[in-house]
Amino acid sequence: MDVGGSLDTFPKLLLRNAAQFGNHAALRHKHLGIWQSWSWAQVLDIVRAYAVGLQRLGLKQNDTIAIVGSNRPKMYLTVMAAQTVRAIPVPVYSDAVADELSYVLGHADVQFVAAQDQEQVDKLLSVVEHLPHLKTILYDEDRGLRDYDHNLLTKIDDVIADGRAALAADNSLAAKITAMIERGEGSDTSVILYTSGTTGSSKGVVLSAKRCIDAATDTVRFDKLTENDVALAYLPLAWVGDHYMNYAQGLVAGFCMACPEGRETVQQDLREIGPSFYFAPPRVFETMLTRLMIRMEDAAAIKRSMFHYFLKVARKYGEAILAGKPVPTSGRILYGIGSTLVYEPLKNVLGLSRVRVAYTAGEAIGPDLFAFYRAIGLNLKQLYGQTEAFLYVTCQPDGEIFADTVGPPAPNVVVRIAESGEVQFKSPGMFVQYYKDPAKTAETMTLDGYVKTGDAGFFDEKTGHLKIIDRARDVGRLKDGTLFAPKYLENRLKFYPNIKEAVTFGDGRDCVCAMINIDLMAVSNWAERNNIAYGSYQELAANPLVYEMVEKNITEMNASLAEEKVMAGAQVRRFVILHKELEADDGELTRTQKVRRGFVADRYAALLAAFYNDAKEADVCTEVTFEDGRKGRMTARLKIYDLPTTQMPADLEKAA
Amino acid sequence: MRSPDVDDVLLRVEDVSLAFGGVKALTDVSFDIRKGEIRAIIGPNGAGKTSMLNVVNGFYHPHQGSITFKGKTRTWMQPYEASRGGIARTFQNVALFKGMSALDNITAGRTLKMRCGMFWQALRFGPAQREEIEHRRRVEEIIEFLEIEAIRKVPVARLPYGLQKRVELGRALAMEPELLLLDEPMAGMNLEEKEDMSRFIIDVNDQYGTTIALIEHDMAVVMDLSDRVVVLDHGIKIADGSPDEVKRSQMVIDAYLGVAH
Repeated sequence: MDVGGSLDTFPKLLLRNAAQFGNHAALRHKHLGIWQSWSWAQVLDIVRAYAVGLQRLGLKQNDTIAIVGSNRPKMYLTVMAAQTVRAIPVPVYSDAVADELSYVLGHADVQFVAAQDQEQVDKLLSVVEHLPHLKTILYDEDRGLRDYDHNLLTKIDDVIADGRAALAADNSLAAKITAMIERGEGSDTSVILYTSGTTGSSKGVVLSAKRCIDAATDTVRFDKLTENDVALAYLPLAWVGDHYMNYAQGLVAGFCMACPEGRETVQQDLREIGPSFYFAPPRVFETMLTRLMIRMEDAAAIKRSMFHYFLKVARKYGEAILAGKPVPTSGRILYGIGSTLVYEPLKNVLGLSRVRVAYTAGEAIGPDLFAFYRAIGLNLKQLYGQTEAFLYVTCQPDGEIFADTVGPPAPNVVVRIAESGEVQFKSPGMFVQYYKDPAKTAETMTLDGYVKTGDAGFFDEKTGHLKIIDRARDVGRLKDGTLFAPKYLENRLKFYPNIKEAVTFGDGRDCVCAMINIDLMAVSNWAERNNIAYGSYQELAANPLVYEMVEKNITEMNASLAEEKVMAGAQVRRFVILHKELEADDGELTRTQKVRRGFVADRYAALLAAFYNDAKEADVCTEVTFEDGRKGRMTARLKIYDLPTTQMPADLEKAA
Repeated sequence: MRSPDVDDVLLRVEDVSLAFGGVKALTDVSFDIRKGEIRAIIGPNGAGKTSMLNVVNGFYHPHQGSITFKGKTRTWMQPYEASRGGIARTFQNVALFKGMSALDNITAGRTLKMRCGMFWQALRFGPAQREEIEHRRRVEEIIEFLEIEAIRKVPVARLPYGLQKRVELGRALAMEPELLLLDEPMAGMNLEEKEDMSRFIIDVNDQYGTTIALIEHDMAVVMDLSDRVVVLDHGIKIADGSPDEVKRSQMVIDAYLGVAH
């Protein structure tokens, strides 16, 4: 891979890929039930025409163009075409409601928007008066848009066709585009990624071309990715994970990016494509495992016992075999049998048969969950990163995998722990600035050029790997001084399949209390099995038997916490099962599905008050936002359960 | 209102009466459906709405009166002739092949369009193969249109009710009908499913230019979707006009709410 030096922008990489791997598939998309492919040469051809078309519409260097949609080839081609004319693509979360969209588009001063379909166009048209700079909305799918006022709307295909016609009419135009690509500089802004806003409103992270490519080159080498790899692009376009893993690494390594048919078909598409490189947040792995376990419960007794037996074998030897450590011959033989009978078929069903490297990041992954996938022979690794770093800060090298650490610093990344316990880093891919927000930029950078992550962590003494505890500002203390790390507790709770989401409170309080969301998939299956009738999520969540089940889970976690000296005091004393699922549309989660704790505390203030005045019940009334943006109200009376605490084992107590 | 141009009329029902023994299901009902419109048929339970649809697609034969479809008047017709003529329908209680996948169910809707004989189809070769590819392409377009890609290969018995309804609509669409009869397309659906289905009905009308006649109980849906509404009560037409006109009609209000005798 001869990246670096002169290849310092993505369009230049595109030229190289078209020359070097011309006939290799660059993009795939399932349309009308058939996988369509575009080679690198074809992609270059389309991008060139598209770029000419965009130029003719008035897109110039340093203009911003927003991209709102799911993982469709046209959306990725828009990014490439925009970068070709040295304009700046700004991908936006496609499930953002109109107000959020309006904020980002307004803040980025976009003149152009590429929208996927009617849904996105409708949202854009509803906020168009707040966007004075907006000149043109490009759209991909014309369904339902026939009767719209087309003053503002242009179909992407028409733009490409117009560009093609212009290229055909003027022979020198193609050379001009190539010359424009070659004039591109590494310091050009490559993309602005808006953070999901876990902590307040979202910020536009400005990334430069050279830094993006340097970072991606390092990790492509680290994981030995080549043009023969395949990845499935199914994560939100606006998330650094997708932009990095699929777009940036795809162009650097020249591998193929496959776009799923639709949001619901990802699981099937995964099986059909059989990616060799896979990236998913822990949540996806968790859902996969939950679904798998539910289906195993429904399987015949023989199959079930076989599955459980070999799973035990896998847990015993799998990790050691994957890491290349010595394993007794009998263990190898057993694992081999299990591999044929269980692990390989299982991976095939999950679409993970061909995966060489899989990553998970974004949140802590449950040790059991992590161990499960590694045990069945999936090379799953963790990384720690953030948008400001263009993803990688640390990642686990093969053979040095621990469930509770996120690995040593990635190649060419320097990590240090500040006195406050905050993790800080300096990396090749680090961001240039926050768009139009020098104050925030200054706040985030240290004087000597390090970026503050806002996460508290430390280097593990045994392994030298980084361990992340929580967001630095979230770590607090109970009234009696016990350390309270909410994320730590919530993650422990979420490892139970029945619990989908948990929010814990305790900073400055007497004890720890938790709000729980049950996992509808797991609990409804359990309800069906036990003949429990329910009409809605709300009804199921209020069922006393469900409460009992969750109570059992939490008691179990409390018991295991009691064995940890530092955390023993932070056992959950009271909990409630919420009447609705926490939703990003209601602002309770970020678009990347992380809990916004402060917001939840405000919203359920009545419930929080009830937690600490020993009430047995609490009335809550919350506003909910439907998918189409309308609002409604939901009221409920929730029961609060008290839990006994597990005493610390005597010897530990003595030691303490 | 559009001008009552005779050429515009796709289907005209004139003085149709239908009785089962002594029960008069329909009495002298007349109305027309214009090309490209969404026409709703409403009425209280037992008003004769489904009977009316059954008469239109030839499942019931009226004792009196005539039906003119695309300028041709007929008194006696078999359901398959109606299908061949371009009338498709969905049913009040979902009528799908439960054990077959969504894809196969929708493909079944194209049976009447298949030209190759059994011999070639069995060999799946030559013209039969080309034909099948063409049919599959059409079916896939419908699957994309109805956004049911994820359930393409799932047996319909395993699908939730709302999706089954959508598959049924897909099968009706597979016939490429000129007139689509929908019998309570939204019965038993929750709000979100209703909104989705409404969207699809509007899109079918808009994109394929299909004329639609629908029976529906949800008044909000009827008033939003339809261009004109016919109201039946005890087999008699009691009102006919735009949603607003119908809403104001005293007879309709009486039929729905009852009157003190």
